[in-house]
Amino acid sequence: MKLGADHLTVQYSGAVRPALDGVTLSIPAGCLTAVLGPNGSGKSTLLRALLGVITPSAGTATLEEKNVRAWDRRKLARTVGVVPQSETVAFPITVREMVAMGRFPHMGPLQAEGWRDREAVEKALERCDISDLRNRQVTTLSGGELQRVRIARALAQEPRALALDEPTASLDLRHEMSIMGLLRSWTDGGITVLLITHQLNLAARFADRMILLDRGRVAAEGTPSEVFRREVMERVYGWPVRVDQDPVTGSLRVVPLG
Amino acid sequence: MTRSRTAAAALILVVAAAVLLAVRFGSVALSTGDVVDALRGRGDPIKRDIVVGLRLPRALLGALVGGGLALAGATFQALLRNPLAEPYILGISGGAAAAAVTVLALGLVSAGSWVLPAAAFGGALLAIFLVFRVASAADRSFDVRVLLLAGVVVGAFFSAMIALWFTLSEASTVRSAVLWMMGSLAGADWGIVVTAAAYTLPAGMVLVALARPLDLLAIGEETATYLGVNVEQVKRLAFGMASLITAAGVAVAGVIGFVGLIVPHAVRLVVGSGHRALLPLSFLAGSAFLVLADVVARLVIAPAEIPIGVVTAFTGVPLFLVLLRKSLR
Repeated sequence: MKLGADHLTVQYSGAVRPALDGVTLSIPAGCLTAVLGPNGSGKSTLLRALLGVITPSAGTATLEEKNVRAWDRRKLARTVGVVPQSETVAFPITVREMVAMGRFPHMGPLQAEGWRDREAVEKALERCDISDLRNRQVTTLSGGELQRVRIARALAQEPRALALDEPTASLDLRHEMSIMGLLRSWTDGGITVLLITHQLNLAARFADRMILLDRGRVAAEGTPSEVFRREVMERVYGWPVRVDQDPVTGSLRVVPLG
Repeated sequence: MTRSRTAAAALILVVAAAVLLAVRFGSVALSTGDVVDALRGRGDPIKRDIVVGLRLPRALLGALVGGGLALAGATFQALLRNPLAEPYILGISGGAAAAAVTVLALGLVSAGSWVLPAAAFGGALLAIFLVFRVASAADRSFDVRVLLLAGVVVGAFFSAMIALWFTLSEASTVRSAVLWMMGSLAGADWGIVVTAAAYTLPAGMVLVALARPLDLLAIGEETATYLGVNVEQVKRLAFGMASLITAAGVAVAGVIGFVGLIVPHAVRLVVGSGHRALLPLSFLAGSAFLVLADVVARLVIAPAEIPIGVVTAFTGVPLFLVLLRKSLR
C-alpha cells in the first residue's frame, strides 16, 4: 500500500504560513515509516491530507497512484485503518462495540454483523490483548487500554495500511513498548504502517524509514541514519543535541544537551 | 441483540394495548367487544362513529407523533453529540408556533380546520430552511455547532415574534395560542393521520437505515470518515429527515415537550447506545408513551382536556428518574 504526496500544500484560513508547504514524498509499501517533527510542524495535517479528510489548497495526495479524494470512503476504509490523535465518545459504548465499528466498511446494505465480522473483531481483540475487556465501557478504561481498543478497531477494518497519530502519547513505558512491538510485528507481517510520534529514539529503533517535518516542509527523509544528523536535528528542533549509537540496542539515538 | 428483540416485542404489545385502551376509554366507555364490532362495521352506529371517526384516528396520530418525536430526538442527540438535544432544538417549534400564532391572531383559522396545521408546517419548514442555510454557508462542510447556534438564534427570533403577537392580540386568542403551543391531539381526523404518516414513516425508515453511520458519528466526524462514513451526506440526510418528522408532528399536534428528550434516554438505559436498536425502540416507546399520555389528558378533568404536554412531563419525569436511579446502581 503506497502513499504519496505531490507538492501538497494546506493553508488553514487565518494562518500566516501554510501548515504544509509543497510537500513531496512517498511512503513505500510494507515499511514502518515514522513521521517526526516539532509541535506545529504539520505532522497531523500531513496525515489528514494524505487520507483525504482535508482539502489541500494545492497539490495532490495519492494512494496506490490514485488521487485520495477520488477514492470511495468505504473502499478507503477497507484499505487504510486510522487511529486519530484523540476522540471523545458521546455515548457510553462497550469495548466490543467500539472495535466492531471497524467492520462498518465491510458490511452490506443491511448493515448486519455476519460471521466474518465477528471473526475479524475477535481476532483484533486478541491481537491487541484486550479480549478480557470486551464488555467494559470504554469510558472506564485506562489510557493504555483505550489506545489498544482504538488500534484494535483499526485492525478490525482488515486494512493493508495503518496510520496512527501519536498512539503512545501519555502512555507508560510498558504500554508504549508493547504498542511499538505490535506495530513492528504487523509491518513484518506485510502491513504498511505510518506512525506519527515525538519519540525520536523509539522511532529510530522500530522504524524502517523516517520523515522529518519542519514548519510544513520535509527537512529530511530516509533511513534513521540518513535523518538523524546532528546539524539537521539541531536546526529543526532548535536545541543542541548529540547523535550517537545506543550501546544496548545498537540503534541511533538523539541526546538533548544543555 | 436478544435484549433488544425482547424489548421490541414487549413494546409492540404495549403500543397495541395503549391504542386499545385509548379507543375504549373516554367520555363514553366502551368494551373491547364494542371496539371489535365497530372496526368490523357492525354494532351501534354511534359507537362506530366514536371508535372509527374519533378515537382511533386520535390514538394513531398520538402513536405517530410520539414515535416520531422520540425518533427525531434520538437522531438529534447523535448528530449534535449532545444528550440534551431534543427535536425542537433547531428552532422548528419556534417557527411552527410563530406561524400558528400569526394565523390565530389574524383570525385566518375560520377558513377551515386545515389552516392551522398547514401554517404551522410552513413555519417549521421556514425555520429548518433558515437554520440549514446558515449552517451550510459558514463553510462548505455542514458544521454542527453552527447548526445548533443558528437553531437557538432562529428560535429566539420566532419567540420574539410570538411575544409581539401576544401583546397585540385579545386574551382569548392568546389563550388558544398557548393551548396549541402546549400540544393537543384533539384535531385528529383520518386526513391528518394519513398526512402525518406520509411524512413520518418514510423519513423514519431512512433514519433507521442510517443507524450504523449514526453510531460512528457518536465517536466523532473525523473517525467516522476514516471508518468509511460519508459524513456530510449522512449529516444532511439525518438532519433533514429528523427535522421533517418534527415539523409534521408540530404541525398536527402542537409543541409536545419531553417525549423527544427523555424517551431516547430511557431506551438507551435499557438497550444501550447502538442506534440499530435505539431508533426503532425509541419510536415504539414514544408511540406508547404519547398514546397513554393522551388517555390521561382526556380523562383527568373530563369532559375537558388538559394539555398533553403537561401529562408527558408529569408522568415522564418520575418514570425517568426511577429508571435513572436503577441504572446508576
